[in-house]
Amino acid sequence: MIAGVMIGTLRLSVLDVVNGVLGIGAPIPVSVVRILRLPRVLLAALVGAGLGAAGAALQGATRNKLAEPYLLGVSGGAAVGAVLASAFHAPVALVPVAGFAGALVAVALTLLVARASGGRGDARVVLMAGVVVGAFANAVIMVALANADASAVRGALWWMMGSVAEASWVQVRALALFVAIGIGALLALGRAIDVLALGDDTAAGLGVDVTRVSLGVYIAGALLAAGTVSAAGLVGFVGLLVPHLVRLAGARTHRAIIGAAALAGAALVVCADLIARVAMPPAELPLGAVTALIGVPFFLALLRRLA
Amino acid sequence: MIAFRDVIVRYPHRELPALDGVSLVAERGRITAVVGPNGSGKSTLVRALVGRIPLAGGEITLDDKSVAGFAQRELATRVAVVTQREEPAFPLTVHEYIALGRYPHLGLWRGAGRADHAAVARAVERTETESFGDRAITELSGGEWQRVRLARALAQGGDVIVLDEPTTFLDIGHEMAIFELLSRLAAEGQAVLLVSHQLNLVARFAEHIVLLHRGRVAAAGDPGAVMQGAVLERVYEWPLVVTRDPAVGAPALVPLRVRPRGERTT
Repeated sequence: MIAGVMIGTLRLSVLDVVNGVLGIGAPIPVSVVRILRLPRVLLAALVGAGLGAAGAALQGATRNKLAEPYLLGVSGGAAVGAVLASAFHAPVALVPVAGFAGALVAVALTLLVARASGGRGDARVVLMAGVVVGAFANAVIMVALANADASAVRGALWWMMGSVAEASWVQVRALALFVAIGIGALLALGRAIDVLALGDDTAAGLGVDVTRVSLGVYIAGALLAAGTVSAAGLVGFVGLLVPHLVRLAGARTHRAIIGAAALAGAALVVCADLIARVAMPPAELPLGAVTALIGVPFFLALLRRLA
Repeated sequence: MIAFRDVIVRYPHRELPALDGVSLVAERGRITAVVGPNGSGKSTLVRALVGRIPLAGGEITLDDKSVAGFAQRELATRVAVVTQREEPAFPLTVHEYIALGRYPHLGLWRGAGRADHAAVARAVERTETESFGDRAITELSGGEWQRVRLARALAQGGDVIVLDEPTTFLDIGHEMAIFELLSRLAAEGQAVLLVSHQLNLVARFAEHIVLLHRGRVAAAGDPGAVMQGAVLERVYEWPLVVTRDPAVGAPALVPLRVRPRGERTT
């Protein structure tokens, strides 16, 4: 994280960073640290922590190694919100808010669809409902984009690719609250997730209220995903990859897995954002593209060990 | 004592109820076996007990108190269930897996205490699973896995244990070992409710047998009363004879072959 604050167009030393955080020393490094770099790095860390923890909990609760935070229709819903906001020329500041609202609507829709199908706490039904809602969201996006002008399309696309470039302290504070509550809830559910990972019937026999715990994980995970999406757009692969890395590193119980995935996710996204900033100056790469570029080779290597 | 009284269970979109007024009692100190053809409602009985499917009628009680009135966790401290299939999504070691049996006893944040460790150790000892405690559960043989699952259920610490076909896929030796263990548990005062396809073993080990057929009790009583050729033939829709097993004299079923025209032959 310190490296994330140090490296950039204006190179800073460790001392500059420390001084910047404390608000002492030369004014230019201080303002670069406090206004530009620090909120950006913190936001990246929060996004990574939220996605990592949510992915870990969802994989355990659904007993699905491919589960990830965006799967409950979150990504599609967020994109719909963002695209609609752009298409109607809403102020740029409203795009993340619209994305958040879209994500929440999609998650609610997913859980309602699952419930209407009689799935209640059934992970398979919920996953399929998420796919259906996601597909519907894609259709809405295409319809909206077909009628939108080029700048709106570009704005929406850029946002969907993920970025923490517009980080502000307001966003950092808001997301910190979300991430703290979300991860706290998931850690509290950690032991129940351990049992749930054995299967629904076995978990019920061990005293887990399957429907309630599953729902708790879905809601906490979806809030984390929606919060991170509204702050930074879609940052793919983190929620899928990080839990696997943490498991490979030896974490067994879901409390350990969720906690470690939050830390590892934070580190990964901070590194990815660093690469996004400095790889091709002066242009910045989309953060979501960088995480995917890092994630794919990792995941291919993992695939061999999982198979 | 677990008792089912006139239990009715309906699955959505099915015309006939899966359980249609089933009554049975599993007392402490004996093995109560539930047998019957595929689809007769045996597994539904187990799922209804742990609250995975709602009852459309009747009542399931634990010591005369409706299980619906128990908190799920509280019930789990009294009644342990080994379901028919279980495929853990992530590899745990045998010891970690058995320790999950203590889940209903743990608080939200409190770790396992001395009583929990003692219960796990005892369950491991009973099932003779200590020699592979550090292996991954994904690397066990079928017989080892079933013993480990039984150990997890014993670690729960209740005095009622419900098992849904615990010896499927096991060879004779491993199957007998499980039945012997269940027999010892019953002798020590546990109520053992066993769902099984192994009629002959059940007739040797169980004190009470309930024969299910299309969601109803077709026969119930001691092995001699239930293992009647005419009843079994009707329920299993296959010609058979009931004889005596030469080792202990328990009733034993021998299915017959059928000729193309349906005539019986031996």
